Amino acid sequence: METKLAPDPAVVDETGNDMKRPEGLAGNLKYGILGILFGIVFVKAEIVSWFRIQEMFRLQSFHMYGVIGSAIAVAMLSVWLIKRFKIKTIAGEEVVFHPKTFRPGQVYGGLLFGLGWALTGACPGPLFAQIGTGYGVVIVTLLSAIAGTWVYGFFRDKLS
Amino acid sequence: MDLLELIRKPWPWYVAGPLIGLTVPALLLVGNKSFGISSSLRHLCAACVPAGLPFFKYNWRDGIWNLVFVTGILIGGFLTVQFLDNPNNMQIAPQTVADLKALGVSSFSGLMPSDIFSVANVFNLKGFFFFVLGGFLVGFGTRMAGGCTSGHSIMGISNLQGPSVVATCCFMAGGFAMTHLFLPYIMQLF
Repeated sequence: METKLAPDPAVVDETGNDMKRPEGLAGNLKYGILGILFGIVFVKAEIVSWFRIQEMFRLQSFHMYGVIGSAIAVAMLSVWLIKRFKIKTIAGEEVVFHPKTFRPGQVYGGLLFGLGWALTGACPGPLFAQIGTGYGVVIVTLLSAIAGTWVYGFFRDKLS
Repeated sequence: MDLLELIRKPWPWYVAGPLIGLTVPALLLVGNKSFGISSSLRHLCAACVPAGLPFFKYNWRDGIWNLVFVTGILIGGFLTVQFLDNPNNMQIAPQTVADLKALGVSSFSGLMPSDIFSVANVFNLKGFFFFVLGGFLVGFGTRMAGGCTSGHSIMGISNLQGPSVVATCCFMAGGFAMTHLFLPYIMQLF
Protein backbone atom coordinates (compact mmCIF):
# COMPACT_ATOMS: atom_id res chain seq x y z
CA MET A 1 0.00 0.00 0.00
CA GLU A 2 1.30 3.37 -0.95
CA THR A 3 0.95 5.93 1.77
CA LYS A 4 0.67 9.51 0.69
CA LEU A 5 1.55 12.40 2.93
CA ALA A 6 -1.29 14.83 3.28
CA PRO A 7 -0.26 18.26 2.00
CA ASP A 8 0.60 20.66 4.80
CA PRO A 9 -2.38 23.03 5.04
CA ALA A 10 -0.03 25.83 6.07
CA VAL A 11 1.81 25.48 2.77
CA VAL A 12 -1.30 25.07 0.63
CA ASP A 13 -2.84 28.26 1.97
CA GLU A 14 -0.51 31.02 3.06
CA THR A 15 -2.91 33.84 2.44
CA GLY A 16 -3.54 34.23 6.18
CA ASN A 17 -7.08 35.21 5.29
CA ASP A 18 -9.80 33.63 7.41
CA MET A 19 -12.52 36.20 6.91
CA LYS A 20 -15.65 34.46 5.72
CA ARG A 21 -17.47 37.52 4.45
CA PRO A 22 -15.98 38.65 1.12
CA GLU A 23 -14.26 42.03 1.13
CA GLY A 24 -14.30 44.30 -1.89
CA LEU A 25 -11.52 46.60 -2.97
CA ALA A 26 -12.76 49.27 -0.57
CA GLY A 27 -12.71 46.73 2.25
CA ASN A 28 -9.07 46.01 1.50
CA LEU A 29 -8.17 49.67 1.97
CA LYS A 30 -8.22 49.04 5.74
CA TYR A 31 -5.12 46.93 5.34
CA GLY A 32 -3.50 49.67 3.31
CA ILE A 33 -3.99 52.09 6.20
CA LEU A 34 -2.56 49.54 8.67
CA GLY A 35 0.35 49.04 6.26
CA ILE A 36 1.02 52.79 6.13
CA LEU A 37 1.10 53.02 9.94
CA PHE A 38 3.32 49.96 10.07
CA GLY A 39 5.67 51.45 7.46
CA ILE A 40 5.94 54.69 9.44
CA VAL A 41 6.94 52.75 12.58
CA PHE A 42 9.47 50.74 10.54
CA VAL A 43 11.23 53.84 9.28
CA LYS A 44 10.95 55.95 12.46
CA ALA A 45 12.48 53.14 14.53
CA GLU A 46 15.16 52.72 11.82
CA ILE A 47 14.43 48.99 11.63
CA VAL A 48 14.72 49.26 7.85
CA SER A 49 18.33 50.40 8.18
CA TRP A 50 21.11 48.12 6.97
CA PHE A 51 23.26 49.55 9.80
CA ARG A 52 20.75 48.51 12.50
CA ILE A 53 20.79 44.94 11.16
CA GLN A 54 24.59 44.95 11.23
CA GLU A 55 24.54 46.21 14.84
CA MET A 56 22.17 43.37 15.70
CA PHE A 57 24.28 40.61 14.15
CA ARG A 58 27.41 42.08 15.76
CA LEU A 59 25.69 42.27 19.18
CA GLN A 60 26.68 45.94 19.38
CA SER A 61 23.29 47.47 20.06
CA PHE A 62 20.23 46.40 21.99
CA HIS A 63 17.83 48.30 19.72
CA MET A 64 16.71 45.51 17.36
CA TYR A 65 16.50 42.95 20.16
CA GLY A 66 14.35 45.39 22.14
CA VAL A 67 12.08 46.01 19.14
CA ILE A 68 11.58 42.33 18.25
CA GLY A 69 11.36 41.23 21.90
CA SER A 70 8.76 43.81 22.91
CA ALA A 71 6.81 43.23 19.67
CA ILE A 72 6.61 39.51 20.48
CA ALA A 73 5.61 40.24 24.10
CA VAL A 74 2.76 42.56 23.08
CA ALA A 75 1.62 40.23 20.28
CA MET A 76 1.71 37.22 22.62
CA LEU A 77 -0.35 39.00 25.26
CA SER A 78 -2.86 40.09 22.58
CA VAL A 79 -3.19 36.57 21.20
CA TRP A 80 -3.68 35.21 24.74
CA LEU A 81 -6.36 37.82 25.46
CA ILE A 82 -8.17 37.07 22.18
CA LYS A 83 -8.17 33.33 22.97
CA ARG A 84 -8.95 33.73 26.69
CA PHE A 85 -11.92 36.07 26.21
CA LYS A 86 -12.92 34.69 22.79
CA ILE A 87 -12.80 38.19 21.34
CA LYS A 88 -14.53 38.32 17.95
CA THR A 89 -13.50 40.27 14.85
CA ILE A 90 -15.35 43.50 14.08
CA ALA A 91 -17.44 41.49 11.61
CA GLY A 92 -18.43 39.23 14.52
CA GLU A 93 -16.43 36.20 13.34
CA GLU A 94 -14.38 33.89 15.53
CA VAL A 95 -10.65 34.61 15.23
CA VAL A 96 -8.79 31.75 13.50
CA PHE A 97 -5.26 30.70 14.47
CA HIS A 98 -3.03 28.40 12.43
CA PRO A 99 -0.94 25.76 14.14
CA LYS A 100 2.35 25.10 12.35
CA THR A 101 3.91 21.70 11.80
CA PHE A 102 7.65 21.00 11.90
CA ARG A 103 9.28 20.77 8.46
CA PRO A 104 12.98 20.57 7.55
CA GLY A 105 12.44 23.63 5.36
CA GLN A 106 12.08 25.76 8.46
CA VAL A 107 15.72 24.98 9.28
CA TYR A 108 17.29 25.11 5.80
CA GLY A 109 15.07 27.90 4.54
CA GLY A 110 15.53 29.78 7.80
CA LEU A 111 19.32 29.64 7.47
CA LEU A 112 19.18 30.78 3.82
CA PHE A 113 16.88 33.68 4.69
CA GLY A 114 19.23 34.65 7.55
CA LEU A 115 22.18 34.81 5.13
CA GLY A 116 20.16 37.09 2.86
CA TRP A 117 18.88 39.20 5.75
CA ALA A 118 22.42 40.18 6.78
CA LEU A 119 23.34 41.05 3.15
CA THR A 120 20.28 43.12 2.24
CA GLY A 121 19.70 44.50 5.73
CA ALA A 122 16.03 43.72 5.24
CA CYS A 123 13.43 41.07 5.75
CA PRO A 124 10.55 41.23 3.27
CA GLY A 125 8.62 44.00 5.09
CA PRO A 126 11.50 46.47 5.28
CA LEU A 127 12.27 45.85 1.57
CA PHE A 128 9.05 47.67 0.71
CA ALA A 129 9.78 50.42 3.26
CA GLN A 130 13.32 50.90 1.93
CA ILE A 131 11.93 51.45 -1.57
CA GLY A 132 9.42 53.94 -0.15
CA THR A 133 12.13 55.93 1.61
CA GLY A 134 13.80 56.54 -1.74
CA TYR A 135 16.32 53.72 -2.11
CA GLY A 136 14.99 52.87 -5.55
CA VAL A 137 17.81 50.42 -6.13
CA VAL A 138 16.15 48.08 -3.62
CA ILE A 139 13.58 47.38 -6.36
CA VAL A 140 16.31 45.10 -7.78
CA THR A 141 16.50 43.30 -4.42
CA LEU A 142 12.71 42.95 -4.33
CA LEU A 143 12.57 41.56 -7.87
CA SER A 144 15.30 39.10 -6.96
CA ALA A 145 13.34 38.09 -3.84
CA ILE A 146 10.27 37.45 -6.02
CA ALA A 147 12.50 35.41 -8.34
CA GLY A 148 13.79 33.46 -5.32
CA THR A 149 10.22 32.68 -4.26
CA TRP A 150 9.41 31.55 -7.80
CA VAL A 151 12.47 29.32 -8.02
CA TYR A 152 11.50 27.76 -4.68
CA GLY A 153 8.05 27.04 -6.12
CA PHE A 154 9.74 25.50 -9.17
CA PHE A 155 11.96 23.13 -7.15
CA ARG A 156 9.56 22.59 -4.27
CA ASP A 157 8.69 18.98 -4.98
CA LYS A 158 12.36 18.06 -5.10
CA LEU A 159 13.31 19.99 -1.96
CA SER A 160 10.62 19.01 0.49
CA MET B 1 9.18 70.33 23.03
CA ASP B 2 6.28 70.21 20.62
CA LEU B 3 4.81 66.93 19.45
CA LEU B 4 5.98 67.05 15.84
CA GLU B 5 9.55 67.61 16.96
CA LEU B 6 9.27 64.58 19.24
CA ILE B 7 7.81 62.41 16.45
CA ARG B 8 10.58 63.43 14.06
CA LYS B 9 13.23 62.04 16.39
CA PRO B 10 14.05 58.34 16.00
CA TRP B 11 11.61 56.23 17.98
CA PRO B 12 13.06 54.11 20.80
CA TRP B 13 12.57 50.33 20.81
CA TYR B 14 10.03 50.44 23.64
CA VAL B 15 7.74 52.59 21.47
CA ALA B 16 8.28 50.87 18.13
CA GLY B 17 8.28 47.26 19.37
CA PRO B 18 4.87 47.36 21.09
CA LEU B 19 3.38 49.22 18.08
CA ILE B 20 4.64 46.46 15.77
CA GLY B 21 3.26 43.86 18.19
CA LEU B 22 -0.15 45.55 18.06
CA THR B 23 -0.26 44.88 14.31
CA VAL B 24 -1.04 41.24 15.19
CA PRO B 25 -4.33 41.88 17.07
CA ALA B 26 -5.19 44.75 14.70
CA LEU B 27 -5.09 42.45 11.64
CA LEU B 28 -6.84 39.62 13.48
CA LEU B 29 -9.67 41.77 14.78
CA VAL B 30 -10.12 43.98 11.72
CA GLY B 31 -10.44 41.09 9.28
CA ASN B 32 -9.33 37.72 10.66
CA LYS B 33 -5.92 38.09 9.00
CA SER B 34 -2.77 36.35 10.22
CA PHE B 35 0.23 38.68 10.19
CA GLY B 36 2.86 37.65 7.66
CA ILE B 37 4.61 39.56 4.92
CA SER B 38 6.75 37.20 2.86
CA SER B 39 3.69 35.40 1.46
CA SER B 40 3.01 38.62 -0.50
CA LEU B 41 5.95 37.56 -2.71
CA ARG B 42 4.22 34.23 -3.38
CA HIS B 43 0.97 36.01 -4.26
CA LEU B 44 2.86 38.17 -6.76
CA CYS B 45 4.27 35.02 -8.39
CA ALA B 46 0.86 33.36 -8.39
CA ALA B 47 -0.78 36.43 -9.91
CA CYS B 48 1.88 37.30 -12.50
CA VAL B 49 4.02 34.26 -13.38
CA PRO B 50 2.32 31.07 -12.11
CA ALA B 51 3.78 29.09 -15.04
CA GLY B 52 1.52 26.17 -14.27
CA LEU B 53 3.45 25.29 -11.09
CA PRO B 54 1.33 23.58 -8.40
CA PHE B 55 2.86 25.84 -5.71
CA PHE B 56 1.30 28.87 -7.37
CA LYS B 57 -2.08 27.27 -8.08
CA TYR B 58 -4.26 28.68 -5.32
CA ASN B 59 -6.64 31.55 -4.97
CA TRP B 60 -4.14 34.39 -4.62
CA ARG B 61 -7.04 36.84 -4.52
CA ASP B 62 -7.49 35.82 -0.88
CA GLY B 63 -4.08 37.41 -0.39
CA ILE B 64 -4.95 40.77 -1.97
CA TRP B 65 -5.20 42.23 1.55
CA ASN B 66 -1.53 41.35 1.97
CA LEU B 67 -0.53 43.06 -1.28
CA VAL B 68 -2.46 46.16 -0.20
CA PHE B 69 -0.72 45.96 3.20
CA VAL B 70 2.80 45.88 1.73
CA THR B 71 1.88 48.71 -0.65
CA GLY B 72 0.90 50.61 2.51
CA ILE B 73 4.33 49.89 4.00
CA LEU B 74 5.95 51.41 0.91
CA ILE B 75 3.71 54.50 1.12
CA GLY B 76 4.40 54.75 4.86
CA GLY B 77 8.12 54.82 4.14
CA PHE B 78 7.61 57.57 1.58
CA LEU B 79 5.41 59.67 3.90
CA THR B 80 7.89 59.36 6.76
CA VAL B 81 10.75 60.69 4.66
CA GLN B 82 8.56 63.51 3.32
CA PHE B 83 6.97 64.70 6.55
CA LEU B 84 8.47 63.06 9.62
CA ASP B 85 12.12 62.72 8.71
CA ASN B 86 14.77 62.84 11.41
CA PRO B 87 16.63 66.15 10.89
CA ASN B 88 19.82 64.71 12.43
CA ASN B 89 22.15 61.97 11.23
CA MET B 90 21.48 58.44 12.34
CA GLN B 91 23.42 57.36 15.44
CA ILE B 92 25.21 54.10 14.70
CA ALA B 93 27.02 52.17 17.44
CA PRO B 94 30.71 53.31 17.31
CA GLN B 95 31.97 49.72 17.39
CA THR B 96 29.78 48.85 14.37
CA VAL B 97 31.12 51.88 12.48
CA ALA B 98 34.68 50.79 13.28
CA ASP B 99 34.02 47.18 12.22
CA LEU B 100 32.36 48.23 8.96
CA LYS B 101 35.13 50.74 8.18
CA ALA B 102 37.63 47.91 8.58
CA LEU B 103 35.62 45.96 6.00
CA GLY B 104 35.72 48.88 3.56
CA VAL B 105 32.33 50.58 4.10
CA SER B 106 32.92 54.32 3.89
CA SER B 107 29.51 56.01 4.00
CA PHE B 108 27.66 56.28 7.30
CA SER B 109 24.95 58.83 6.62
CA GLY B 110 21.38 57.84 5.92
CA LEU B 111 19.64 54.53 6.58
CA MET B 112 21.83 52.56 4.18
CA PRO B 113 25.50 52.84 3.18
CA SER B 114 25.42 54.70 -0.14
CA ASP B 115 28.67 53.08 -1.27
CA ILE B 116 26.75 49.78 -1.44
CA PHE B 117 23.12 50.73 -2.05
CA SER B 118 23.48 52.93 -5.11
CA VAL B 119 22.17 52.51 -8.64
CA ALA B 120 25.75 52.55 -9.93
CA ASN B 121 26.26 49.13 -8.35
CA VAL B 122 23.34 47.35 -10.01
CA PHE B 123 25.46 45.70 -12.70
CA ASN B 124 28.67 45.11 -10.78
CA LEU B 125 29.85 42.52 -8.27
CA LYS B 126 28.63 44.55 -5.25
CA GLY B 127 25.16 44.65 -6.75
CA PHE B 128 25.30 40.93 -7.45
CA PHE B 129 25.97 40.11 -3.80
CA PHE B 130 23.92 42.75 -1.96
CA PHE B 131 20.90 43.00 -4.29
CA VAL B 132 20.67 39.92 -6.50
CA LEU B 133 22.04 37.18 -4.24
CA GLY B 134 20.77 38.80 -1.02
CA GLY B 135 17.28 39.31 -2.42
CA PHE B 136 17.20 35.81 -3.88
CA LEU B 137 18.12 34.27 -0.51
CA VAL B 138 15.42 36.33 1.22
CA GLY B 139 12.73 35.23 -1.23
CA PHE B 140 13.83 31.60 -1.51
CA GLY B 141 14.60 31.16 2.20
CA THR B 142 11.42 32.72 3.57
CA ARG B 143 9.23 30.61 1.32
CA MET B 144 11.10 27.43 2.13
CA ALA B 145 10.80 28.28 5.84
CA GLY B 146 7.12 29.15 5.39
CA GLY B 147 7.46 32.67 6.76
CA CYS B 148 9.78 35.47 7.76
CA THR B 149 10.35 37.67 10.78
CA SER B 150 6.69 38.68 10.78
CA GLY B 151 4.99 35.35 10.10
CA HIS B 152 7.28 33.19 12.23
CA SER B 153 9.11 35.41 14.74
CA ILE B 154 6.17 37.64 15.67
CA MET B 155 2.91 35.90 14.65
CA GLY B 156 4.15 32.31 15.11
CA ILE B 157 5.98 32.75 18.40
CA SER B 158 3.20 34.87 19.89
CA ASN B 159 0.89 31.95 19.04
CA LEU B 160 3.35 29.64 20.88
CA GLN B 161 4.35 27.65 17.78
CA GLY B 162 7.50 25.53 18.23
CA PRO B 163 8.33 25.48 14.50
CA SER B 164 8.40 29.29 14.53
CA VAL B 165 10.93 29.29 17.39
CA VAL B 166 13.10 26.89 15.37
CA ALA B 167 12.76 29.03 12.24
CA THR B 168 13.63 32.23 14.15
CA CYS B 169 16.76 30.64 15.64
CA CYS B 170 17.78 29.65 12.10
CA PHE B 171 17.14 33.19 10.79
CA MET B 172 19.48 34.52 13.47
CA ALA B 173 22.08 31.77 12.88
CA GLY B 174 22.12 32.55 9.15
CA GLY B 175 22.53 36.27 9.85
CA PHE B 176 25.40 35.71 12.29
CA ALA B 177 27.07 33.37 9.79
CA MET B 178 26.83 35.89 6.96
CA THR B 179 28.03 38.80 9.10
CA HIS B 180 30.98 37.06 10.75
CA LEU B 181 31.99 34.24 8.39
CA PHE B 182 31.16 35.31 4.83
CA LEU B 183 30.88 39.12 4.75
CA PRO B 184 34.61 39.69 5.46
CA TYR B 185 35.46 37.59 2.37
CA ILE B 186 32.76 39.14 0.20
CA MET B 187 33.97 42.67 1.06
CA GLN B 188 37.50 41.73 -0.03
CA LEU B 189 36.24 41.24 -3.58
CA PHE B 190 35.62 44.96 -4.11
